[in-house]
Amino acid sequence: MLLFVVSIATFAIFFLVPRLAGMSADDLASRYVGKAANAQVIHDTAIRLGFNDPVIVQYGRFVKGIFVGVDRNYGPGVEHCPAPCLGYSYVSQNPVLPDILNRLPITLSMALGAAVVWVIFGVATGVVSALRRGSFFDRLSMGIALAGVSLPIFFTGIVSLAIFRDQLGLVGDVADWVPFSEDPLTWANNLILPWVTLAFLYAAGYARLTRAGMLETMSEDYIRTARAKGLAERAVVLKHGLRATLTPVLTMFGLDLGLLLGGAVLTESTFSLPGIGKYAVDAISNNDLPQVMGVTLIAAAFIILANLIVDMLYAVVDPRVRLA
Amino acid sequence: MSPFLDVKDLKIHFPTDDGLVKSVDGVTFSLERGKTLGIVGESGSGKSVTSLGILGLHKGRGANISGEIWLDGEELVGASQEHVRGLRGKKMAMIFQDPLSAMHPFYTVGDQIIEAYRIHNKVSKAVAKKHAIDMLGRVGIPEPGRRVDSYPHEFSGGMRQRAMIAMALSCDPELLIADEPTTALDVTVQAQILDLMRDLQREFDSALIIITHDLGVVAELSDDILVMYGGKCIEFGSADDIFYRPEHPYTWGLLGSMPRLDREPTERLLPIKGSPPSLINVPPGCAFHPRCPYAERTGDKARTEAPALAETEGGHLVRCHMAPAERRALWENEIKPVLETP
Amino acid sequence: MKIRSTASAVAATAALALLASACGGGGGGSKSSTGGGDAAPASQYNAAVTQVVNPSTKTGGTLRMGMPGDFDSVDPGDQYYGYAWNFSRFYTRALTMFKPVPGEEGLQLVGDLAEDLGKPSDGGKTWTYKLREGIKFEDGTPVTSKDVKYAVARSLDKDILPSGPTYFNDWLDLGGYTGPYKMKGKLDDFKAVETPDDRTVVFHLKKAYGGFDYFAMLPQTAPVPEAKDTGSKYKEHPVSTGPYMFKSHELTKRIELVKNPNWDPATDPNRKQLNDSIEVLLGQNEDDLDQRLLSGKIDVKVNSTGVAANARKKVLTDDKVKQYADSALIDRTWFTNINGDVKPFDNIHCRKAVLYAADRSAIQGAYGGPDAGGDVALSLMPPKMTGYQKIDPYGVEANPTGNVEKAKEELAACGQPNGFSTTISFRNERAAEKQTAEALQQSLGRVGIKLDLKGYPQGDYFKLYAGKPDFAKKNNLGLMVYGWGADYPEGFGFFQQIVDSRVIRPAGNTNLGVKDPKIDELIDQAAAETDATKRGAIWAQVDKQVMDSAFILPYVWAHGLFYRPPTLKNVFVSQNWGMYEFLTLSTQ
Repeated sequence: MLLFVVSIATFAIFFLVPRLAGMSADDLASRYVGKAANAQVIHDTAIRLGFNDPVIVQYGRFVKGIFVGVDRNYGPGVEHCPAPCLGYSYVSQNPVLPDILNRLPITLSMALGAAVVWVIFGVATGVVSALRRGSFFDRLSMGIALAGVSLPIFFTGIVSLAIFRDQLGLVGDVADWVPFSEDPLTWANNLILPWVTLAFLYAAGYARLTRAGMLETMSEDYIRTARAKGLAERAVVLKHGLRATLTPVLTMFGLDLGLLLGGAVLTESTFSLPGIGKYAVDAISNNDLPQVMGVTLIAAAFIILANLIVDMLYAVVDPRVRLA
Repeated sequence: MSPFLDVKDLKIHFPTDDGLVKSVDGVTFSLERGKTLGIVGESGSGKSVTSLGILGLHKGRGANISGEIWLDGEELVGASQEHVRGLRGKKMAMIFQDPLSAMHPFYTVGDQIIEAYRIHNKVSKAVAKKHAIDMLGRVGIPEPGRRVDSYPHEFSGGMRQRAMIAMALSCDPELLIADEPTTALDVTVQAQILDLMRDLQREFDSALIIITHDLGVVAELSDDILVMYGGKCIEFGSADDIFYRPEHPYTWGLLGSMPRLDREPTERLLPIKGSPPSLINVPPGCAFHPRCPYAERTGDKARTEAPALAETEGGHLVRCHMAPAERRALWENEIKPVLETP
Repeated sequence: MKIRSTASAVAATAALALLASACGGGGGGSKSSTGGGDAAPASQYNAAVTQVVNPSTKTGGTLRMGMPGDFDSVDPGDQYYGYAWNFSRFYTRALTMFKPVPGEEGLQLVGDLAEDLGKPSDGGKTWTYKLREGIKFEDGTPVTSKDVKYAVARSLDKDILPSGPTYFNDWLDLGGYTGPYKMKGKLDDFKAVETPDDRTVVFHLKKAYGGFDYFAMLPQTAPVPEAKDTGSKYKEHPVSTGPYMFKSHELTKRIELVKNPNWDPATDPNRKQLNDSIEVLLGQNEDDLDQRLLSGKIDVKVNSTGVAANARKKVLTDDKVKQYADSALIDRTWFTNINGDVKPFDNIHCRKAVLYAADRSAIQGAYGGPDAGGDVALSLMPPKMTGYQKIDPYGVEANPTGNVEKAKEELAACGQPNGFSTTISFRNERAAEKQTAEALQQSLGRVGIKLDLKGYPQGDYFKLYAGKPDFAKKNNLGLMVYGWGADYPEGFGFFQQIVDSRVIRPAGNTNLGVKDPKIDELIDQAAAETDATKRGAIWAQVDKQVMDSAFILPYVWAHGLFYRPPTLKNVFVSQNWGMYEFLTLSTQ
């Protein structure tokens, strides 16, 4: 349902806005021809891309592609793009879905790696800060956290590249994407900066959330109970305190990860990582409707999926929401 | 031979941004094995902090503690935290007020009892679970083998309190502190829980401290009663002393506030006017004087001089400026008749 | 990779020692550890504009190229950008090519797949090319004239291959032929290109065109084997005839070229095969790409204008970095159209008043100054083009800030001695164009011509706004900020789209309103002239006529600022491409 709404909205924005501005089908098509194309070429392109059909028919074609697939003339022959087919780029004429799936490992590597870093650092910092509330560590780490939340990634990204890659030469050429299966070491070496930079942004939020959660949890009655049992402080904090704090952290984590998988737009652009976010940026700057549609739907699907998983994990973490 | 639990001049002060909070300000009492002490007072009177202080749980907010706590010949105030932790749960255990919030919502009841047991007993999980089921059975939970895997929210209020008791008793503690054990429960269940505690105390022969604002609860169980006001003990004595020969005007007020079966529950015979004192700006002189109907009788003394805790007879201690004879006369002539009016 | 990381470890140690002072001159710091210290010859700013820098014949290594975006396509039949044409010659050979040498000689066309330039006949309507012997595709199959014919035929179908230029569609005598995809198995119907034998290709045009060798230079004439043609998917692996061939093409991400074993240097006097492989990283963050270029992690940047604004500052302010940079003229002029449809610009004197009053040096500043922006333009035609003759009808060289006196005279002649008001349009996204409009507002204000500034989105500037005559007239767009680059460095490839009144259409124009029958006539003359020298002279006349009719106010001949890491060998700026010649680059 959400996917349906998202797809209609994307479609409407793409077609209605230019139409309101007075663009004809040929005007639209002139975005997808070479420079200095003549009127005939532009007109033929409009017909090929179906811009002369009513928007509803064009939307129907898109939906049909998803459920049935579409046939495309690539020149010497006709090929079938099997369902679920997200169509072909207006600009590069590449099929959309394989392109996106192709980029998935990159975005996955980046998002999951960063997630590991930020969860570990964010939660650990938050716990320590909460337990030493008001201490130097607490103030320092919360100050850094504030910086992390406020600094834009294209700033931290460029700065970290300049320091760690260009000045210190500690990490590889980030844009040199190497799959994990080929060379795990290079994979990690090339991704470490995006991980850390992205984690810096997110860890800050997690540290603050964890800190606030821990402060609340540690004053709960059941923490006093745990202590009254004679449980060691470490176990009290980790087993009883942290456990209860993790529920909101988990919620936030699910949403963040879902959003990230839909494309870490700034991070991927900053580090020239050819992931889904970079794809989305290029698609939008090219006015490439099929690509925009594809990446929007995939991103929405990730968010839905992440929410679903969070809901399921919720039941695992918190027995009170478990279904009887 | 010294008593099993001996608390001497216990003070627990919390420094805050607004000033020093004197939650407990010189409390002294003692308790023998197999005996029950009731600590009574309004909220904020320091009764809960006293119990937490005994368990060494007052820490965390930078509390200053002084005085002495002797448990079975060991001094606890000066002992290391780690040592006191080893005693907690094993030698002394606590039952908390609201079992729903006092039990961890994410772990099963069984797990929480098992955890308590295994901290002090090096046994396998299976053995500990058997013990947990056994304990649940002993506190009267039906089908303990099945309920052991339930979560706290799946229990009723009374059952939760039983489970809480089972957890506290799992290591066979010699000192058991129950902080408002029945406040969150409805009246019929209250009675059951009190019965249970009495039975278990006999069975385990432990020393029991019951903390409550409700004299009715201590009436059932206590051998001795300590009445606290503003962080101080204002009257201490046997249950008989407190119920039949109370000498402090505050205690009279408490007695007057007791709901009785033969009266409307809303009816208060001797209401205590005003509200409990601030623990930061404790009134000078007698802490109770702003609310005391007899403060005038001792003149300026009430406002300028703090009364001492003094023995009137046979271990009955009272902190009041009025002379013992005057107090007894007031009780006999003015208070008792009102309270006993059918 | 291994060597690289050891080197960077050494650099790290050095950099750590320098760290305290490194913040300001980062580029300098890393440079001293990579090359500056040892025997590398000291370089000079602009050295590669006129000569080959770091000549070397050593083989081996990988040439690492990086690109901010992606090619329009790497299919030779489907590309239009100079850098794409420059790049595709690694793996394709068109009939002719520009000589890959520095200086003016680089504007010269020579035979590539063909032995020599074309032989015109029928007054320039028929062109015949003779292919070299012994050229093979990467799989060893010999290249025949049929493969050239097929390549041209397929490039006609803009439904499948939309990006390339339409010169062949427009000029060949097609007779209804629409390409091999729509007319399957009917290549013989394509009479515009004939193949009398395996080594001869004959083109038949609708009308004479003297500069057909420039069309023959387009990658659209590079042979494509029909059996291997996969239409719009051909770009995944174009079949090579050059020294390198595709090893992999991860679409929109990266391209890897390796040596083509079936390329025979004996058939190819213009290319070498020095690199073991060539790698292109696509879709790079531009600022970061520049940074990597400056630190030598990337050997060459693929784009048409060189380093971007942030890196430009560093290049121009740090002499240690600047010595490895070149400011080179590109085939592009920045100018403003003066719209004769909007009163009072229907009067030539009012147009001339603008040409006199404009402060061109202020606009030069807006475009980045002489190094990064370009030279003050004296006329429309970029000076490095074939046939350029220096003219300065408005005395710009003497008065780059404008001639208020003369402007007032022209205003008076126009009947507007006190000036008038009009609107100037520009593309919102382009800061330089906005500053240009502001500079014009100020300098024209000196003679009483008041300008309203109006920005429009760049994506639709031509389709909906400035390029749509109705709109421009209705909204009183008297001045329209614009700029144009040539397809190839010859008059036709530059002028035809912007000054020929017959290309004007209802919307999406490239000619924003130059309507002068004399210009149209000269263009036709030049097109038909087969003698290159005479043709050049006619283009110079076109340039003069454009200035005389005063529909266009040119102000900057654009420069690109390019950077060549010290480790890059055989580097020079091609006068033709207006960027580094890719074919000769190597790293050893």
